[in-house]
Formats: sequence, structure tokens, C-alpha cells
Amino acid sequence: MIQLKVNGKTKSYQGDPEMPLLWYLRDTLQLTGSKFGCGMGLCGACTVHVNGEAARSCLTPMQSVAGKDVLTIEGLSEHGDHPLQRAWAEANVPQCGYCQTGQIMQAAALLKTKPKPTDHDIDEAMQGNICRCGTYQRIRQAIKIAAGVKA
Amino acid sequence: MNRLERTKIELVHPPLTSRRDFLETLFSAGAMVFAAGVVPASVSAAELDVTRTAWNPSVYLGLDTDGSVIIVAHRSEMGTGIRTSLPMVVADELEADWSRVRIEQAVGDKKYGSQDTDGSQSIRDFYAIMRETGAAARLMLERAAAAHWNVSPHECDASNHQVIHTPTGRKIGFGELVTAAAKQPMPSKSDIQLKKPEQFRYIGKGVSIVDLKDICTGTAIYGFDAHVPGMVYASIERPPVLGGKLKGYDDSEARKVAGVQQTIVIDGAQPPYGFQALGGVAVIADNTWAASQARKKLKIDWEYGPHAIFESESYKKSLIESANKPQRVVRSVGDVDTAFGSAAKVVEANYYTPLLAHAPMEPPAALASYRDGKVETWTATQDPQQVQETVSKALGINPADVTCHVTLLGGAFGRKSKPDYVAEAAILSKKTGKPVKISWTREEDIHFDYYHSTSAMYFKAGLDSAGKPVAWLQRSVFPPIGSTFDDKETYGSAGEMSQGWIDVPFDITNFRAENGPAEAHLRIGWLRSVANIYHAFGVQSFIDELAHSAGKDPVEYWLTALGSPRRIDFAGEKAKYTNYGKPMTAYPLDTGRLKRVVEVAAEQSGWANKKSGPGHAWGFAAHRSFLTYVAAVVEIEVDKQGKLQIPIMDIAVDCGSAINPDRVKAQFEGAAVFGTSVALLGEITAADGRVQQGNFNTYPVARINEAPFETRVHIVNGGGLPTGVGEPGVPPTAPAICNAIFAATGKRIRELPLRKQKLV
Repeated sequence: MIQLKVNGKTKSYQGDPEMPLLWYLRDTLQLTGSKFGCGMGLCGACTVHVNGEAARSCLTPMQSVAGKDVLTIEGLSEHGDHPLQRAWAEANVPQCGYCQTGQIMQAAALLKTKPKPTDHDIDEAMQGNICRCGTYQRIRQAIKIAAGVKA
Repeated sequence: MNRLERTKIELVHPPLTSRRDFLETLFSAGAMVFAAGVVPASVSAAELDVTRTAWNPSVYLGLDTDGSVIIVAHRSEMGTGIRTSLPMVVADELEADWSRVRIEQAVGDKKYGSQDTDGSQSIRDFYAIMRETGAAARLMLERAAAAHWNVSPHECDASNHQVIHTPTGRKIGFGELVTAAAKQPMPSKSDIQLKKPEQFRYIGKGVSIVDLKDICTGTAIYGFDAHVPGMVYASIERPPVLGGKLKGYDDSEARKVAGVQQTIVIDGAQPPYGFQALGGVAVIADNTWAASQARKKLKIDWEYGPHAIFESESYKKSLIESANKPQRVVRSVGDVDTAFGSAAKVVEANYYTPLLAHAPMEPPAALASYRDGKVETWTATQDPQQVQETVSKALGINPADVTCHVTLLGGAFGRKSKPDYVAEAAILSKKTGKPVKISWTREEDIHFDYYHSTSAMYFKAGLDSAGKPVAWLQRSVFPPIGSTFDDKETYGSAGEMSQGWIDVPFDITNFRAENGPAEAHLRIGWLRSVANIYHAFGVQSFIDELAHSAGKDPVEYWLTALGSPRRIDFAGEKAKYTNYGKPMTAYPLDTGRLKRVVEVAAEQSGWANKKSGPGHAWGFAAHRSFLTYVAAVVEIEVDKQGKLQIPIMDIAVDCGSAINPDRVKAQFEGAAVFGTSVALLGEITAADGRVQQGNFNTYPVARINEAPFETRVHIVNGGGLPTGVGEPGVPPTAPAICNAIFAATGKRIRELPLRKQKLV
């Protein structure tokens, strides 16, 4: 029996301890905002926060999140109004939108450690998150809007 | 040429005998529903249905007495914003308040016309129809208001969800008019007055996409997210080589995995493969993880079949050999062979591009539920009517017994108009008697794609003493898309030839384009901008070679080669030019418009004042595709280690009219990144008939630190009919980057991707 918190709520899991967190979130809890893109931690579409830090849920075994706090896009803000979510809307970032929840979660982790990121900081933090539609320049713009730094 | 290729590649549409007939059909369908007395139900966002509104004047539109408006999005949303932009056009002509409009995503149904969302054609094919739909309903509302007030309809104008009696200023809301408007006769086409551009409320200004908040909060539903109670999860081990057959298998270890319910054999596909399920052994389990883990434990004995000989390096050599020999002529002007004899200088070059995979962020996924001879599907598809057709064939039922619900698409780029994955889910649902969800891994996506074709090209130009081209010969050889639908097909179709090969725009007295045969060993399919990718790479790189050979500025040289503005009609040139399925009269190939975008790109990038030098340079390319004119100037930096950066890309676009300008810009920003992936990174290879790449480590795509830092999109208002925007930004990107690399390093890139080559 593995106990963890997901978006503030306590959950218990009984099953293959090797199963990645992503499938627990998606198949068991129906929290489908975290996306599958590669299964190897190469694209960032599945990014969530584990104890406040960005993690690739596709590579995070359930046994490793025992006793931990997991935050998904669904729990990032109560009304979808996290500064990054508002900035994403202001810059009209999404095209297909599939990768954007992972992008937002990754950016949220960045702003926790670097509230005023430089372009270099953004490149470093965001290069693990692929957007095949190519919205990168608007992602950069939105992060700067949320951080209140000059775009 | 087969039917499918015509519709897909040459983009010929189901004939609408006339727009008026079409509109009347739509309206009469709605009128029938009204006459049948369907009572409006209160509809939640989840169950929007225009046929249940109080007034349903068109298959695309419904209004209720509370003033709410439902507009049907019948095309698929894969990131272009079309689910917003076409309904926005209806709302504008209707004079509807956008905040009171809700969008219903259509299921697959021929009553909507084509739902095949590819070929950059949604706006150009449905803009006029959506305008007429909104304008006709607006007129009926105005006539209803006039009758209500007993005044002349000419004194009544709809404005922002109400009708105003202009002389008295009286107002009445759309909701109050719905019941009376529904009783108005359908207006004739001649009565419908479209707005003047200065009256547009949303068209040309734009609105944010309707899914914006759902996307940013994680509640948007894609094919991967489809869910119904009681569904099971499938994972399939497919033949590793195209056409491979199952000889035997042992599933004993797989069945021991917790959560596994059963294994099922899916019959192998027969050539031509089309959209058939590829076959293999499927594991059915309680969740995605169990299914995929168990699949890895299957022991399967395959007979690989004839395509096991496919090996990329030797195949490439054979393509290049073919490109260097005379081939079938697809356009001929003047006498190239004689002109080479008298040219002051002759330049020759070979170009090569590899196979590419689509790699949308969301791999293929579908959910199917079969019961009593009918099947319901939920999937990310570009073409729900093709889902109906493919699934009905796979199950031996009627297309009308296949319901296709269209989710959002997590990218598609052409991959998701091929519904082999939906057929898999449907077959498995029929065999298990349960709703079955299939969601491909990235490795399956890369291994079992419909690949963008590999191409070898040969160019030869004769220059006069001033360096101007007086003779131009080009050959391309590639396995064609037609091979997927007719396994004997080896030549490029007229559609593929019309994508940047026949339609080289330069005014050259002696010109010949040829195309040679190539056999396919994988499923070949269309990928964003299709044959334009390799053709524009070859042609736009070679003209740059000629400019440097002549010692001229590339843009100046390019414009000189283009000649004076003219309309190319290919008369007497032995060319079968398909013009993206559109008449040349309405959508001419107008070199004046091409010239204009070149000038704008040069001006906006400051081309004239940029001095390319070692390590820092500018490159240029221009190309018309999907009826849209595009020119790109790209700035690059190459450091001493050969690392490439792209600080700025300027793209000038003439797409006739930009309906939702921010989304037009977004498409070109995205195309610059997609084109960067093509130039720098993308390559699929095979050995023993098997694709050797499998995930983003072996099939890399551009990341934030590799993409152009800033892409500036300059919309040139051509003032004409709207043309395609989803694809035309891709073709000029790779040649513009490679031309810049030549200017920075002196190294001419004649083969993609760049990552295989050393730049310094």
C-alpha cells in the first residue's frame, strides 16, 4: 500500500510499485491533464511537481512517490488563474495544446527557483519540453509576462 | 491515379454543384428538423447539438430562445485554430456576440461536406459557405424583426446579437426573434448580403481560440484522454517489417502480468496497405501500463516478407543513380539540351533529403465501442468520414453504422488523416465485446508511421555570360504517396509534381522538369507541406548556388530570374499542374505576388544592409504552396565548434486575406520551427526493413534552444480569396537556413539533415 497526496488529497495505491505515476494519474484518477509523449523523460509532456520540484511522471515509479506531495496541472490553481496560466492566455501560446500543461508545470518550477529568469535560464529549464507545433517563442514570452520581466 | 490520391494530394473536393445548391441543402436540412417540431432542450456544453435548438437553419448553426448560439466546427482542431476561426466567420456574418456562441464539434457525417482537415484547405474551402450561413440567418432575423414591428426589413439591421430598427432606435434581441425567424422562408442566394470588410466584427481581427482555458488547465480532451466506463486497454505488437506475417507466438509470460485479460491476434494487412490495421498480437489489460508491459513479454515468430531487404544507404544510392539519368518529362519549355551547348557556364548539383516521421506530440490513439453491428469511436482524427469508411471496411459493416466523435488532436501534421489506429481499436472491441482504448507509444509512432518520402534530385543550369540562367534541367526521384494505395505505383502523382516541381516560377527560356520511379518499402504518406519540402529545398538551394556562381546578391539574382510579373498558365508546356485542386482563374500562379513577398521579407529583415560574413550570415528562400506566397530571410550564427543558432527569421506571407491574423502568424511561427527540425534534425533510416529510430533521442525534433529565437511574420495583404496557412511556411525554411550557412561558412548543404554534417 502506497500513500501519497495528489493535489492536496490523500490517496492510496495498491498495485505494481513499478508503474509510473503518469498512468496512476491518468488511468486510475482520470487526471488526464498530464500527457504521455515519449515514456522516456525526453519530451516533458508528463511534467508534474513532486514535493515542489518538476518531475517526469512517465519515469516516476509509484513506489518513489510514497509519502510525497504530487501536484498536477489540475491542482496548479483553483480557478485556472495561476500567473503562468494567465500569461499563457495573454500570449495565446497554445496551438494544439497537448504539450502545454507540461510546459506550464515546468515553467512553474522554474519561477519558484528563478522568479526573474533570463533567456538563458529559460533555455536551460525549458529545453526538456518539446512543442512540435513550435510555440517556443510564445512560451518564452509568456514566462516573461508571468515573471514581470521585459519581453 | 486512384481516388484517394486525388482527394488527398491534388486536393480535389467533393463537387458542390453550386454554392447555392449547397446552401439550400444545408438550410432545407435545418428546416426539416424544425418542421418536425424538435423541441429545444437545455444543452450543457458537453452535449451541444444544433439539431436540438429552437431554430436550426443550417447544419452548422442553431439558435435558442435564450439567445444562445451554437455553431458547429466540422473540421478537426490540431492546432491551427480552425475550431475557432470557421465558427468565428459564421458569428461575424450573423452579427452574433461571440461570448454567447458555443462550439459543437461535429461527428463524421457527409452532410457537412468534406471534413478532411488537411491540405491547408479549411478556410479556403469553407470561408464563403460559413459567411453565407451566418448572413442568411442574419437576414431571417432582420425579416422577423421587421414583421414584428411591421416595418420594412430594409430599416432593420442586426448588430451584436440584436436587431435595431434604425429610424426609431427600437431594439429586439436575437433570442426573442428565434421563434419567428424560424418561420421565415429560406432566403434566396441573391437576397443574402454579405458584410463589407469594414463591417467585420471578428474577421481580420481575430479571437482567442475557444479551447484556450481548457488547454491551460488540463481539462481539454484529446484522443489519448478518451474514456468510457468499462473500457479496457490494448497494446499491440505489430510486424516489424511492412507486410510481415505472424508465424506463431507464445503469450504465456505476457498473460502472467497482473491486470492482463487476454491476447488477441489481428490479421495482417494485405497490400496495398492503405489505412488497414497492420495486424499483430494485441494484449488486452486493465490499464495502459499492464498492457504495454505484457506486450514486451510476448514471444513472436515473424515471417518478415519482401520488404526486409530495405536498407537506407543502398536505397539512397539507387535513388541518386536514377536522378542522374533521363526520366519522364513533367514540364518542358524551349529546348534545354541545345541551350546547354551554347551556355557560357554550366552548373550541376545533386540534392538529397531523407524519410521523415510526423511525430505529433500525441501519438495515435483511439477508443472504440462495438455493439450489435454498430461501433462508436472517439479519436484524434483529421478526417472522421475516413474513419467511418476505414472502420466499416475493417469490420464489414456500413459506414453509417460507424460513429466518429472527434476529440482535440495533439498535433497531427498529416499522420492523423490515416486512421489505421482507429481500425485497430474497432477490431479489438468487436473481438472482446468491450470498449477498447488503444494508445500508441512513441516507439510505435516512429516505427509505424506513414513516412514523408525520401528524395534524390539532380539539377543542371546553363548560365549566359552575365550569369543569368538560360537553361534549367531538374530531376526528382522519390517513392510516391500513391504506393500506399496502389503498391505498383512508383512515379510521383500530378499532385506531388505540382508541389514545387512543375511550378518553378523562374522565367527561364529553356526549362525541363523530370521525375523518375522509386519503389516504396514503407507506408509513404503526406506530412505538413508534403512534396514541397524536398522540392523547395532543392530548387531554392540551387538558385542560391547560381547566384553565388554569378557573383550576385541572392535576392537580386532571384528576382531577376523570376522575371517581370506574369501569370504562369503552363500552356503548351506538357505540364499537368493541379494548383491544389483550385482553378487557375480564381487562384492564378501570379509571380507578381511572389515578387511582393520577396520584397517585403527583404525590407523587413533589412537584407540590403546586412553583411554576411564568416560565422554570421543571412539566407533567403521563397516559395508558393497551397496557393500562398511566402518569402523567408533567416539570420544564423555558426560558432567555432560548428554550433548553429538562429536569432531571427522574417517571413512575409500573402495568403490573400488573413481571417484570424494571430492564428495565421502562429502557423508561420510554428512552421519555422517545424522547418528547422527538417533542416537540422529529422531523419528516418531503415535496416533489414525495420525503422531504426524510436523516440526523441534517435528522432530529435527542434527544442526551445534550437528553434529560431524570434520569428517575425509579416502578413502582406494580397486582398484576394483566403488561401492556405497551415503548411506554406515549412518549405522555404530549410533552404533559407542552408543558404545562410553557405554565406557564413562557404559550405553548400546538399543533403539533410544538417546534424550529420560538420559546419566548420
